[in-house]
Amino acid sequence: MTKDEVKEAVKDIIATIAPDEDLAALDHSKLLRDQIELDSMDFLDIVMELRKRYGVQVPEEEYKELGSLDSCGRYLHPKMAAMELKLLNA
Amino acid sequence: MLDLPRIVITGIGLASPNGNNLGEYRRNLLAGVSGVEPYEIRYFGKTVAGVCHFEATRYQSRKTLRRGTRAGSVAIYCANEAVLDSGIDLEKVGRHRVGVYVGTTEHGNVETEEQIYEVSQYGYDLSYWSHHHNPRTVANNPAGEVTLNMGITGPHYAVGGACAGGNLGIIQGAQMLQLSEVDMAIGGGVSESIHTFGIFASFKAENALGEREDPTRVSRPFDKSRNGIVVSEGGCLYTLERLEDAQRRGARIYAELAGWHVNSDAADFVLPLPERQRQCMEAALKRADMGPEDIHIVSTHATSTPLGDIQECGAVRAVFGESRTTHINNTKSYIGHTMGAAGAIELAGNLPSFEDGVVHPTINVEELDPECEIHGLVLNEPKATKRVDTILNLSFGMLGINSALVVKRP
Repeated sequence: MTKDEVKEAVKDIIATIAPDEDLAALDHSKLLRDQIELDSMDFLDIVMELRKRYGVQVPEEEYKELGSLDSCGRYLHPKMAAMELKLLNA
Repeated sequence: MLDLPRIVITGIGLASPNGNNLGEYRRNLLAGVSGVEPYEIRYFGKTVAGVCHFEATRYQSRKTLRRGTRAGSVAIYCANEAVLDSGIDLEKVGRHRVGVYVGTTEHGNVETEEQIYEVSQYGYDLSYWSHHHNPRTVANNPAGEVTLNMGITGPHYAVGGACAGGNLGIIQGAQMLQLSEVDMAIGGGVSESIHTFGIFASFKAENALGEREDPTRVSRPFDKSRNGIVVSEGGCLYTLERLEDAQRRGARIYAELAGWHVNSDAADFVLPLPERQRQCMEAALKRADMGPEDIHIVSTHATSTPLGDIQECGAVRAVFGESRTTHINNTKSYIGHTMGAAGAIELAGNLPSFEDGVVHPTINVEELDPECEIHGLVLNEPKATKRVDTILNLSFGMLGINSALVVKRP
C-alpha cells in the first residue's frame, strides 16, 4: 500500500463507522473530529477496524497519531506498506 | 382504595411482524394475514420467525443504527411513532417530565453471542471484543436509546418481566404518572429475540419450538396439533397521560387503564400455574370494579405450546366460562411470540375494537383442542359485535410472573 492507499483504507473504515458523513471533501491536513462527527467510541472503532482488517495494533498512547488523514498516512504507512488495500465501501 | 389519577392511552407506536403501524396491523389481523416467515440464524439453522420490516432509518441515522441494538432501534421507532400519533409537544410537557419504561424479556444475548462469534474468528483473542458491548448489553439499553434519540431527560429504565414485560411497561408508566413522578410516560415493550440463536435452541431443547411446513401456520394456539412457540421480534410503546392532562390538551384517547394486577406463581421456573393466573385476572377485575361479564374481549397470552395453552384456558374458563358477553382471542396466532413486546402489541391489536366492534379471531385453528374450549372463543373469522367497551389483556412469563391489564373505552 502506498501512503495514499493507507489514507484510502482509513477513509473506508470511517465510511463504515460514520455512514451518514460525506467524506469526499475531507481536508487531509485537518483533524478528522473537526470535520465530521467522531467521538471517542468512534476512534476506538477505527482502532478496532485497523486491527481486524489489517492486523495493525495501535497502542493507546499513539491514538493521537490518528488525528488527521495525513497523520494516519504517516503513522500507519510503515505498518501497512506490505499489505493489500481492502475497500468495503467502494 | 387511594383516589389515584385516571390514566389513558393517547398514542400508539408499533412494529409488528405483520404491520408497521396500528392501521396496517389491524387490517392484517382482520384479514388473517400472518407475519411469520422462513428464517435462518447462525448455528441453529433454518426455522421460522416473526420478522419486522419497519423503516429503521425513519427516526435514526445510519450511524446510531450501527452503534445501538436492534431492541433500541425497535424502541426508537415505536416511541417516535407513538409521540407523533399522540400529537404531544414534548417541549410543552417538558422533556425532563417524560419517563420511558420499556418491558423486555431478555436483553444482551444478541450482542454477547455476536461478540463471542466475532472473537472466535480471531482465535478467541479478547482484544477483538467490542467496546460497544457494555452499552449495548445494559438492561436499560432500549429505553436509554429512546432518550438519546428524543432528547428525553426524565427517567428511563427496563422493566424485566419475561414475556409479561409489555404489560409491565404500561403498568409502570401508569404508576409513575399516578405518583406524579412524570407528566407523560412512554411505556410498553420490545423484543429483539429473533437475533439470538440461544432462544431458538433453548425452546427447541424444551421441546417447545413450533414446527410445521407452512411458516404462517406454525403458531396455532388452541389447535389440537399445536407443537410450540414461534419466536418473534417487535415492539409497541404507548404514550400514557393522566386523564385530565389529556382532556386539557384535547387529545384523542384510545383507552383508559381501568385496572391491573401482577402476581407470581412461586411454583416453577417454566411451568405456569393456572390457579395463580386465575387469581391475577380476578384481582385485576376487582381493581377495575368489574365482573367477568363486564369484559368484552379477553386477549389471551397462549403461545401455542401443548401444555401452556391448556393451563391458561383452564384459568380463563374458571373466570369467564359463565360469561355470555366475553369474547376470547389470541394474537400470537398471527405474529408469533414477540416476547417482551407481546403484552403491549397484543393489546394494540384489540384497541380498534372500541371503534369498530369487531373482534379479531385466533387464526390457524383447524381442529379446536377440546381442552382449550371456552365459551366465547373467536376462531378463524372476525366476529362483529354490537359494541366492545372493555379488554382484559393477559401476559405471563417464565419464573411464574402473571399480569392482567384491563382497559376500557374512554
